Amino acid sequence: MDGESFAIRFGYGLPAGGSGLGADDLAARTWPGVRLAELAPVALAYRAAKKAEDDAAVREAQRAVDALALRGAKAIFARALGSDDPYRERLVAFWADHFTVAPRNRTERALPGALVDEAIRPHVTGRFADMLKAVTTHPAMLIYLNQEASFGPSSPKGKRQKKGLNENLARELIELHTLGVGAGYTQADVRELAELLTGLTVSPQEGFVFDKNRAEPGAEMVLGVTYSGNGAAPILQALDDLAARPETAAHLAQKLAVHFVADDPDEGLVADLAARFRDTDGDLAEVAQALVAHPLAGTGTKARQPLDFLVASLRALGVGPEFILGLEPRPFRRLILDPLEAMGQPFQQAPGPDGWPEREADWITPQGLAARIDWAMQAPERLVRPLPDPRALLSTALGARAGEKLAWAVGAAESARDGVGLVLASPEFNRR
Amino acid sequence: MDRRIFLKGLGAVGCSAAAHPLMTTLTLAAAPGENRLAVIILRGAMDGLDVVQPRGDRDLAAARPGVLAKAQDLDGFFALHEGLSGLMPLWQAGELAFVHATSTPYRDKRSHFDGQDLLEAGTGTDLAPAAQRDGWLNRLLGVLPGATSETAWAVGREAMPILTGAAPAESWAPDQDLAVSAPARALLEQVYAEDALFHQASATAFGLAGMEEGEGQDTDMIVDFVAERLRGPARIAAFSLTGWDTHKGQERAIRKPLDRLQRAVLRLKDGARPEVWGKTVVLAMTEFGRTVRQNGSGGTDHGTGGAMLVAGGAVRGGKVLGRWPGLAEADLYDRRDLMPTSDVRDWAAQAMAGLFGLDRSVLEGTVFPKLAMTTSDKLIR
Repeated sequence: MDGESFAIRFGYGLPAGGSGLGADDLAARTWPGVRLAELAPVALAYRAAKKAEDDAAVREAQRAVDALALRGAKAIFARALGSDDPYRERLVAFWADHFTVAPRNRTERALPGALVDEAIRPHVTGRFADMLKAVTTHPAMLIYLNQEASFGPSSPKGKRQKKGLNENLARELIELHTLGVGAGYTQADVRELAELLTGLTVSPQEGFVFDKNRAEPGAEMVLGVTYSGNGAAPILQALDDLAARPETAAHLAQKLAVHFVADDPDEGLVADLAARFRDTDGDLAEVAQALVAHPLAGTGTKARQPLDFLVASLRALGVGPEFILGLEPRPFRRLILDPLEAMGQPFQQAPGPDGWPEREADWITPQGLAARIDWAMQAPERLVRPLPDPRALLSTALGARAGEKLAWAVGAAESARDGVGLVLASPEFNRR
Repeated sequence: MDRRIFLKGLGAVGCSAAAHPLMTTLTLAAAPGENRLAVIILRGAMDGLDVVQPRGDRDLAAARPGVLAKAQDLDGFFALHEGLSGLMPLWQAGELAFVHATSTPYRDKRSHFDGQDLLEAGTGTDLAPAAQRDGWLNRLLGVLPGATSETAWAVGREAMPILTGAAPAESWAPDQDLAVSAPARALLEQVYAEDALFHQASATAFGLAGMEEGEGQDTDMIVDFVAERLRGPARIAAFSLTGWDTHKGQERAIRKPLDRLQRAVLRLKDGARPEVWGKTVVLAMTEFGRTVRQNGSGGTDHGTGGAMLVAGGAVRGGKVLGRWPGLAEADLYDRRDLMPTSDVRDWAAQAMAGLFGLDRSVLEGTVFPKLAMTTSDKLIR
């Protein structure tokens, strides 16, 4: 695959960044995000202020939460725009979507970013099993899928507080995170896994903790394997086992192919990726390399999702990470976050634990396209002055992909504003 | 919303609906009858046992010591969650019915996403969910005589697979307005002409831009839009109401979606006005019900049998339909869920037979392939 195609399909578009997948996560160090350890004291302060009905303190805590959330959001854009290794950023985004969490309220707004930086990024060129364990024990996931509300019915706390199981995390672990809904598991497996997971919870001060007093006593059998013993060890063992299942390899291969190559990918491509996953014991760098190197990697078409569309537009316009980092909260919202929402992808607020949809028709809807056109026509002149010559932008942004009709229309545009808008609103630019 | 401020002073060219070819060339040579069907997909799995409570079942109280809300008696056996008490006048007027212990053929995996796919595809379980490519309202559209692209509308930001398919249908969501100069728009139309996906999406986007006005919640705007369309040439509309996945603290969590549902039904009735409301049926259906027993965190988990709401001036209401299977453990599905005793498609098929005069063979062959209609209760006046 040539450099231009690689940049468009596996990166954030032209001008091209790096040419492969690097081993080092330089971007995370250059543009740091938000850590759970920074977030927890602020959330605690907010809770305390609420309880004390101290309005001034509530407002102050809210401002602190908002500042962290803003920093986390900006870090994502800065990395996507500035990284020499855009494929790594796209893979991070893919796995962040695979392990979707969304904030339920204002104090949780920076949580999804913390999950990504602490549990996903470190493993994006590592082993899937390690990512799975890191994500499943991260407070953001434990909160989002209600694990902190699940008690073994026969556990000391379950009995005393008359509380019981919550199946949410167990179900999505099997259905979404590992085996996939098409695999041959039963309600009994979900139930047993839910019992096994009891004990995983969150403490506002310490983050993830294993609370043996809410763990269901006795052994559990999940997918034919019996897990017994104390503490989190049997849970981690079960996660290792789930990660190693062939159904998991097939499910993840299908998702990767759908995300990067085509809404309905070739079965051979999926099979080859699954085989690579199994052969390397779930080595995600190997699988990512195999995806790019595959003869079918350049076939099919995909719509750029709204966030990717915005990043690709900013790259094409020459807007760098410093510009984004320097934006005040309000213009950042008006230029980036509000348009994302209008395009159908409110930032880090996927509608459910299955993440964002993938099909072209899910994104190129009347309202979604209207918002893209809107942004393409209006935002560029607020970002770069003077606007680039639309004919030059056409070649910077699309290279050999610009169609004849588009080239003609761009030349025929009345103003640079319209011409730039046409390039960014074109079908060519909205696909990858 | 802030986007409006962003647009202010940028010379937005209003693209009025009347100027759009799709809308001005509209003719209704053979209108598909006068009756209307609105389908609301309740995404997230509504807890039918909390909404239409089987108070007469002696096993209810033990299964739900903390979750059941106050309710108003319906028929001596069932009672309506107080969050829907605003619908009682409709019940008394015979314009509201419920079907209980009903479900799609979906079983066992209890995945929202597959459950909704099957509900909207309207097929049996013989097709893999991923192989579903069109929705049953779209197939209805295909067999409706005289249907045009204006006959059916998918409304709201959510994708509506129920209306996706070969027959042309329109879609609209609040908050779409375009600030694009007339010449740029003309050029864009030429660029999009070669690409079916972009062409279609932009035609509606350009055509409807500037239609929405004013403030208000999304749901209200969606419902108002649906009512306005149904007063005009539209005969079918579909939209979603979300927020039903009450795993935790259901007592509180279910109130917001219930309020939205109640508001939607009442506002639709108002907006449709008596003449159109009298010819309308609203079906509010969900992907599956929830567990009979409440879970450890005051919520309920994914289940099987659930409830469906049927409203409208064309409904023979005032009753809770469907055979009640009972809540004793031995009567449950998988010893945990309400046992479905009917197929939701059966009720929808019956409504469509009554509304659009469709033959049973069309309903069982095209709209709901392989469904065997069995229900005999009359749903439509």
